[in-house]
Amino acid sequence: MNLLYFAWLRQKTGRSEEQFDLPQDIATVRALAEHLARRGGGYAEGFADLGRLRAAVNREHVPFDAPVADGDEVAFFPPVTGG
Amino acid sequence: MIRVGPGDFDVAAELAALHARAGDAGAVATFTGHVRGDDGLIALILEHYPAMTEREIARHVEAAKKKWPLLGVSVIHRVGRLVPGERIVFVAAAAAHRRAAFEACEFLMDYLKVHAPFWKREEHADGTRWVEAKQVDDEAAKRWR
Repeated sequence: MNLLYFAWLRQKTGRSEEQFDLPQDIATVRALAEHLARRGGGYAEGFADLGRLRAAVNREHVPFDAPVADGDEVAFFPPVTGG
Repeated sequence: MIRVGPGDFDVAAELAALHARAGDAGAVATFTGHVRGDDGLIALILEHYPAMTEREIARHVEAAKKKWPLLGVSVIHRVGRLVPGERIVFVAAAAAHRRAAFEACEFLMDYLKVHAPFWKREEHADGTRWVEAKQVDDEAAKRWR
């Protein structure tokens, strides 16, 4: 799957995008975020508080309990501030 | 019409184009947002999620068309580095009568603020900082439900 990071989360992870092989035991956006946090470093900092983040799966806003599957495009980002 | 990119826009030209497309519109309401120079702001730097942005805006334009009898809608949002005074966002709605046009404009701005995937960073003399989302914007979007 393709993972995308935006705004300060992109700065924490040090990249805007990465390819990721989804482990079989990860079924939700929340489990994926928690898995990424366990990488440590900037990932641990960026994903420390999921209350500060939002997610999109295949370019649609989703709650953290939404399902993920291999092949999805999953984006993590802070609450949006456009307009 | 939805356009997202770094380029500036001409409000009069956009209005004329919308009115031409909209046919017999008796009312066109518009909102133009400009960068404010509060607290010594040097520039705003906007990034977005290109693959998602236009689709998300289009979803809200469709929602507005279901709520009001609109004859046309234009949404323009700039990205990149913008200095105080520059135009940043434009929303225009055309309808037969004014109420639908006014309300659709406000609805679209409220929804853009909390759903369209843009992020602002402020550039100050001492560095840059990310703009935090505002609770008041969430509340503004909720009142349309």
